[in-house]
Amino acid sequence: MGVGITVDRLNAFYGKTQALFDINLAVQANHATALIGPSGCGKSTFIRCLNRMHETIPEARVEGAVRIGEFSVYNGTSATQLRRRVGMVFQKPNPFPTMSIYDNVAAGLKLNGFGSRKKLDEIVEKSLRSSALFEEVKDALHKKSGASLSGGQQQRLCIARALAVQPEVLLMDEPCSALDPISTGKIEELIFQLKEQYTIVIVTHNMQQAARVAEFTGFFLLGKLIEFDKTEKIFTNPSDKRTEDYVTGRFG
Amino acid sequence: MADAIVNSTVTSIPPISWHRRAVDHLMTGVAVLTVALVLLPLFAIFAYLVYKGIGSINISFLTQTPKPVGEAGGGMANAIVGSAVILAIASLMGVPLGIGAGIFLSEYGRNRYGDAVRFVSDVLNGVPSIVIGIVAYGLVVIRQKHFSALAGGVALAIMMVPTIARTTEQMLLLVPQAIREAAYGLGVSRWRTTLSITLRTATSGVITGVMLAFARVAGETAPLLFTAFGNQFWNLDPNQPTSALSLQIYTYALSPFDDWHRQAWAGSFVLIVLIVSAVAAVRIVVRRGTLAGA
Repeated sequence: MGVGITVDRLNAFYGKTQALFDINLAVQANHATALIGPSGCGKSTFIRCLNRMHETIPEARVEGAVRIGEFSVYNGTSATQLRRRVGMVFQKPNPFPTMSIYDNVAAGLKLNGFGSRKKLDEIVEKSLRSSALFEEVKDALHKKSGASLSGGQQQRLCIARALAVQPEVLLMDEPCSALDPISTGKIEELIFQLKEQYTIVIVTHNMQQAARVAEFTGFFLLGKLIEFDKTEKIFTNPSDKRTEDYVTGRFG
Repeated sequence: MADAIVNSTVTSIPPISWHRRAVDHLMTGVAVLTVALVLLPLFAIFAYLVYKGIGSINISFLTQTPKPVGEAGGGMANAIVGSAVILAIASLMGVPLGIGAGIFLSEYGRNRYGDAVRFVSDVLNGVPSIVIGIVAYGLVVIRQKHFSALAGGVALAIMMVPTIARTTEQMLLLVPQAIREAAYGLGVSRWRTTLSITLRTATSGVITGVMLAFARVAGETAPLLFTAFGNQFWNLDPNQPTSALSLQIYTYALSPFDDWHRQAWAGSFVLIVLIVSAVAAVRIVVRRGTLAGA
């Protein structure tokens, strides 16, 4: 089951440059939340703060508090422990190129020392089914490399890989920006199904996509969260002038 | 309508002028010529080795030890095995050390310490091999008070490290950051990501570096002169003076005997064949483990 996320006065920096300013936000469990905004507005930085991926960049640091479910992200848990509960799908599909399809999905469990072969088989199949890829690859699980699939398939493979560790939250950083409309449609359908089991936070440049998949939408501009509300409200009747300008296409 | 459009575009492209054709052919010719020039010395050396050496290779050359001075016959069996022993010792020490240093440089060495290691490693790469032989002499031979395969192995290992370290570093840097992030995102720790994801993705490049270093030291003579020293008899004890093909070739080539000269040629041929087959064998083994489309 998914869990909620609470963000309290989050500031993020790259060296001396501040990228996020005092973000406060509450993400509801088992819902999809979309983050929109022009390039460089900090939405990717924000999502990377939720699973402490931000701090893997040299000189990057974070201030403030994030709670995922009952535990605190920046206080007391190790980054590796946290990331097993918070899966991530990246902008560009990034399967492990030297691993088979099976090994790609099993990677998270195998590398964390999970051994049982039979259980692994089960989880791999279940994850590939959840990401609607199983039927397309079931004959080549061990024979083909993850990099031999098409872009859309690779992205679904990456989703399966993230699901295999059985996270509670799934972060998606523009998961469809490198994909064609048909693959995008498949991933969006997937998000719809995944919401039942996971809390989803999705960064997107595509406003129609935000409107289609998310119940809640946040609008970022220049490192600040300008408005956060029900998706319908953001797109039909936003309270802030800047949100209205952005969603109606007057800038950005 | 569509036909008309296609036709009009096709006819509108002007024919390629004779001038452009000529330049095209000229440049292709130049490219082929440079390749031939680069490959020529290699083939010339190999052909000459075959011509000079293959006649002296027979069963006794491959199975017997050297005969005393003045007696005809005998072989280099002990030198072939000795070379293998010394190279095995060198690889066991040099490869892990070199790869480890390469990992440090690429994953943890984007700072002053890394720059220092890079600089030292480049300098080490340029140190004459005989100097490295002296270092191994001081490190091992003087302490043990006798020559040994171990000392030879240490000398060759020192020579392997910088090459392996720098190629490993380059190959690991070619692995996209996104691949590492994918592993971090799954909750895989940093050291595990480095070993199981980054290094694994770069395997074929790292192996190339290792083979390059191996092939380079396999033919080294100078660092073995006063470390492994050479031996006219069978010796499998790594703590005793050991013969090596390169040493044997050196001794025989400088001798006044025709029979030894012929054996030196045969030895050179065997050495090259062994190096090429070792490199090829590793390549085949690595390729067998690779997946379709990887």
